[in-house]
Amino acid sequence: MEFTPENKKKIEEILKRYPEGKVGRQAALLPVLRLAQEQFGYLSEEAMLTVAQVLDLSPASIYGVATFYTLFNKKPVGKYHLQVCANLSCCMEGAEKVVKHLEEKLGIVPGETTADNRFTLSEVECLAACGTGPVIQVNENYHEKIKTPEDVDRLLEKLR
Amino acid sequence: MDRVLTANFDHPDVDKLPVYEGRGGYRSLKKVFSLKPEQVIEEVKSSGLRGRGGAGFGTGMKWGFVPQNSGKPIYLCVNADEGEPGTFKDRELLLRDPHRLIEGVIIASYAIRCHTAYLYLRGEFFEPYQKLEAAIREAYTKGYLGKNILGTGYDLDLHIHRGAGGYICGEETALIESLEGKRGYPRLKPPFPAVQGLFGCPTVVNNVETLSALPYILEKGAASYKKMGTEKSPGTKLFSISGPVQKPGVYEIELGYPLRKFIHEDAGGMLPGKILKAVIPGGSSVPILDASEVEQVNLDYESMNQFGTFLGSGGVIVIDEDFCLVKALKVLAKFYAHESCGQCSPCREGTGWVHKIMTRMEAGKGTPADLDLLLNLADNMTGQTICVLADSIAMPTRSYIKKFRQEFEDHVALQKCSKM
Repeated sequence: MEFTPENKKKIEEILKRYPEGKVGRQAALLPVLRLAQEQFGYLSEEAMLTVAQVLDLSPASIYGVATFYTLFNKKPVGKYHLQVCANLSCCMEGAEKVVKHLEEKLGIVPGETTADNRFTLSEVECLAACGTGPVIQVNENYHEKIKTPEDVDRLLEKLR
Repeated sequence: MDRVLTANFDHPDVDKLPVYEGRGGYRSLKKVFSLKPEQVIEEVKSSGLRGRGGAGFGTGMKWGFVPQNSGKPIYLCVNADEGEPGTFKDRELLLRDPHRLIEGVIIASYAIRCHTAYLYLRGEFFEPYQKLEAAIREAYTKGYLGKNILGTGYDLDLHIHRGAGGYICGEETALIESLEGKRGYPRLKPPFPAVQGLFGCPTVVNNVETLSALPYILEKGAASYKKMGTEKSPGTKLFSISGPVQKPGVYEIELGYPLRKFIHEDAGGMLPGKILKAVIPGGSSVPILDASEVEQVNLDYESMNQFGTFLGSGGVIVIDEDFCLVKALKVLAKFYAHESCGQCSPCREGTGWVHKIMTRMEAGKGTPADLDLLLNLADNMTGQTICVLADSIAMPTRSYIKKFRQEFEDHVALQKCSKM
């Protein structure tokens, strides 16, 4: 596994933001892990070893960091990662029903991926858009006010 | 009231530099650079601006703690890791007026003699990231960032550092750890970040909203800012309101404003058929207010303290009679159990236990002894840990049970929710 030449260049740019030496290479870890996830799809052990090599950091410390943060996927996710906020304000707006409808519609429960690798369903914590709940983050983008089964269906239709 | 933070919210293209400048943007810098850094700190101190991330600590005073003779670089970290349930104000500032934040960053950096600032941005915030990236690029091109800013000889670089998911990274020392590329573990204090923060150097961590207030304060003067609000809570603040109200959203409000008026007038009142039962006034961590307290309390730090709660982040969550507080506490307990970093036993174990008990109770399998067990747990989680995450579920636990004990007892006795 190797970073593309384009991503190698990006890593050089990232390193410039931080002090020189090991402290700076460690500081670059989060952005470089993000880059690895973008290129390799998820953070497999192999992907993490590649990062370890590029930043000259111990694989164990990288594993420790990668497993702390929820946005780093340690297993493959589908083409569309549906992340439903289930915290208080979204819950009051009916997030539980939204999750239930998604479960029925996709035939999976949170933490699973559909057999065709199209959808992964996750319940996530507050996405800081509480005034327009329930919120579903699909990959990078927020979809707000997804209140009814019909809203969910319309969203899924767009992602087909 | 002057709109300190939201003056540009009605102008959709203000994220573009020429539009921002056209509305008076970056004008404060001329004055700032004519002052000495100490004078900028004095001005902010005398404005009475308090940190808007939740703790409410005096901003000028925080800056004053930075030693100027350490021989090390000084860093500013912008805390844009908004994630306290019920709080969605910083996202609006980032999306709608990113240049105001950048202007504030320049002012703060100049004041503390910092030449490298990092903006720690919540990993989930992709749209704000794009807006900020574009705005920062524009600011570099126009000479507001980079070397020799506006010909003053002052240099400042601003980098975005994107987080990767973790509520705890909004705690300022965890934020620093995360910026250093580690797990987001809060640090023991002292030493405080002002003395030993990022990369072991003096560091100030300021919230997005705090920094966004600076252009106004420096341009119009501390006196104008102090004219608004109350004596001890001067100025304005953003409040985000969610729950069954007519107009949920983000509002700029003069501190000292009655909460009742905010809910019933500004936010349009309750939805038809909904009756207000309780309000969480400052983000999910703070003690709850019952309906009669909501009638009396004002939106400022001191009034909230008088009612045993906190202004916090200004995340106002309105709860109506139909919504079960057992469920509310279960949802929050799940959140804090999930977000506990696991360093301190009272938090790692305590948040998990509260979550387990609440899950059982919500499912109708609670026992009468559970309520006192929860209170006992809450007491043993308070003040025992490196950071306040454990307190952040202990406080709701204690206040929900204390103020709404009957509702909890009914839920246990009926073995289900009486509202279903």
